[in-house]
Amino acid sequence: MPHNVNTLNDAELSVAVLVSVGRHPLTGRARRADHDARAVEMALSLGDASVQLMHAGDGGEACGDAMRGYLGMGISRVKRINQDPDADVVPALANILRFAAPQLVLTGTRAETGEGSGLVPYLLAETLGWTVVSGLAEIESIEQGVATVLQALPRGKRRRLKVRLPAIATVDSSAPAARQSAFGPARRGELADCACASVTDELQTQWRVQPARKRPKRLKIVKSASARDRFKAAAAKADSGGGQLLNDVTPEQGAEAIFTLLKEEGVLR
Amino acid sequence: MSETIRRDPRREWIARNRLHPEHASVLLEMGNAALSEWPGPNGVVRKNPRAVGFIGPNGIKRIDRSGLQQGGQAAATTAAPQDSRRTVTIEDPAFLVAVVPDMTGGRLSGHDKDLLGLARQMADADGEHPGAVVAIVFGEHKAAALGDAGIDRVVHLDDEVYTGFAPEARLAALSAVEREMAPRFWLVPDSQLGGGEQGRRLAVRLGERPATQVWHVEADEHSATGWRCTARGAAGTSDITRHLPRVVLALAECAEPVSETRHAAQPVELNQPLPDVLGRIEDMGEVPVDPASVSLAEAEFILSAGNGVKDWEGYHHAAQVLGAAKGASRVAVDDGFMARDRQVGASGTWVSARVYVAVGISGAIQHLQGIQTCEKVVAINLDERCDMVKRADLAVIGDAGDILAALVARVERYREQQQENRDAA
Ligand SMILES: Cc1cc2nc3c(=O)[nH]c(=O)nc-3n(C[C@H](O)[C@H](O)[C@H](O)COP(=O)(O)OP(=O)(O)OC[C@H]3O[C@@H](n4cnc5c(N)ncnc54)[C@H](O)[C@@H]3O)c2cc1C
Repeated sequence: MPHNVNTLNDAELSVAVLVSVGRHPLTGRARRADHDARAVEMALSLGDASVQLMHAGDGGEACGDAMRGYLGMGISRVKRINQDPDADVVPALANILRFAAPQLVLTGTRAETGEGSGLVPYLLAETLGWTVVSGLAEIESIEQGVATVLQALPRGKRRRLKVRLPAIATVDSSAPAARQSAFGPARRGELADCACASVTDELQTQWRVQPARKRPKRLKIVKSASARDRFKAAAAKADSGGGQLLNDVTPEQGAEAIFTLLKEEGVLR
Repeated sequence: MSETIRRDPRREWIARNRLHPEHASVLLEMGNAALSEWPGPNGVVRKNPRAVGFIGPNGIKRIDRSGLQQGGQAAATTAAPQDSRRTVTIEDPAFLVAVVPDMTGGRLSGHDKDLLGLARQMADADGEHPGAVVAIVFGEHKAAALGDAGIDRVVHLDDEVYTGFAPEARLAALSAVEREMAPRFWLVPDSQLGGGEQGRRLAVRLGERPATQVWHVEADEHSATGWRCTARGAAGTSDITRHLPRVVLALAECAEPVSETRHAAQPVELNQPLPDVLGRIEDMGEVPVDPASVSLAEAEFILSAGNGVKDWEGYHHAAQVLGAAKGASRVAVDDGFMARDRQVGASGTWVSARVYVAVGISGAIQHLQGIQTCEKVVAINLDERCDMVKRADLAVIGDAGDILAALVARVERYREQQQENRDAA
């Protein structure tokens, strides 16, 4: 949230966002990637931080469309590093990040096209020797080279972390949704191209890529020698039994039993 | 005992004569305490089909062929299901497969067990030179049966530095395991619970290019590692088939969990002390979130109300004190006591809570469908024969209002104690 983010020396906080080309899940059209757009939104919410967007890619038409999507969020320019279509983008990104030296780098959790392994932030962090944190939901404050952030955990939980900068942080769908992309700013924004030598990703050329198959549903296998047991297992309605039944107890005894279970499971805070 | 069959013509005659006064007792004596079977003159077992079975509740004769019941006197001997699993100890493994389970809440999750099943598959592929599965477990664990999940060796790192969120310290420990044991494969669950992150860190540190989101692994002689995998790519919209690398981040249901064997789960120690790591990430602990703001499908702890709840004020108060998300059955929603988005079940939300407390809910099938994946179900109900009680792990029979009030009182007492302890400390 912009109002409670207080930075000591605002002018110096520089944030880079690595953005990629997204793909609409139904139509397959190129668009801004959802996680990356959330990362841009998070960077924009950091008050007066200077935000740079960077993209390494083939610079084709799809790429242009997607980058305009980010520009439409009120960004004036995207730095685009032109690479061959089958290039590994990590060396190029590491190069430019080392040069730009931002304090915080935000990325999406994984790309919507290509391998989508979510490894880029980790590889960059290892190459540059920076810290990496995953699954940011919110940046609470950045003070004296330490960022206090909330990390999203499953089941809507949050964990507060203090991270020494410079750091790379990934953003996933638990971060606030990105603002809409407006047409005017998208047209006016600038795509600043620059060239960088491409390193071909050899391994990837050996892979076979197909549209995703539906995963087979797991069958409930009942291992039992007798047909009667197997039939009973297949036809059973609710698996009764095994449960503890407290009959004829006072409400206090019942409550005590429930309390013990809740505490064992660790859901009482 | 001699093998020779000694005949007793008189007893045989009595056995054939149903009207003889000693008929039943002789039959019982001859056929191991069953009226329906006895050895015939040539040692062949004779059966009397009329004496088999018993009269069921509706007056119809039922025959149970499972062997549990015999004859009329049917003392249903419910023998405890015997454990038929083989015990396997691998003394001298040809190689190691390392697994780093998530162990959420100190227990092996379903995802962990699937992954261990995959590890087992890879370790046992060559019957003559089996490998061993070594699990690296951080922090305290409650899982008594690590061996049952297919673990041969356990590296248990129970130091304080590994508790909470400590990816850097854990990474250092995993690197030490790599140095000392050099496992052939590393398997990590590609989960949001930390496994996905830890696995990526590990792969990058080891300089290996991992396969992520793997959901299928099969043998392949053309591959250097002997295996081929299928992994999801491009945000789940494509399948990538490739040779299996050394580090694998696998999805849930990538293999069947181990069920036929039990393993030793021998503890092993690392030889060298682990280096101190200067962490650049500091864990400040979990932040309390308002349970009402969490979507019902994600909530961990749900207090669900049905038609049996009369005191709605008390129910809402209980949910607040317990810190539980609120759910409801359809009747409670239709009657206007709860909001529509709180409905659990077939036409509402499918929940996945770890603890689901059903207050005054009868357990109609449409409701039970919605709570299929809940781990622990507690039922509070007046009717001990309803389906919710059958489904429940703990059922308390009694009036919902009284029990909830008692529970609230108990929890408040607990909270006070905690507060006192904190003040004292
Ligand atoms: C197409 C279709 C879809 C449906 N979808 C859903 C759905 O998504 N979700 C859903 O929940 N239902 C659904 N239903 C409705 C479902 O069939 C049941 O009618 C409903 O779940 C019953 O709700 P209940 O258990 O709260 O009420 P009841 O069946 O009336 O049960 C009340 C229970 O409370 C107990 N009780 C009463 N007084 C007390 C007391 N003082 N203390 C403790 N216990 C007490 C009773 O013993 C009883 O077990 C659907 C039905 C249809 C036909």
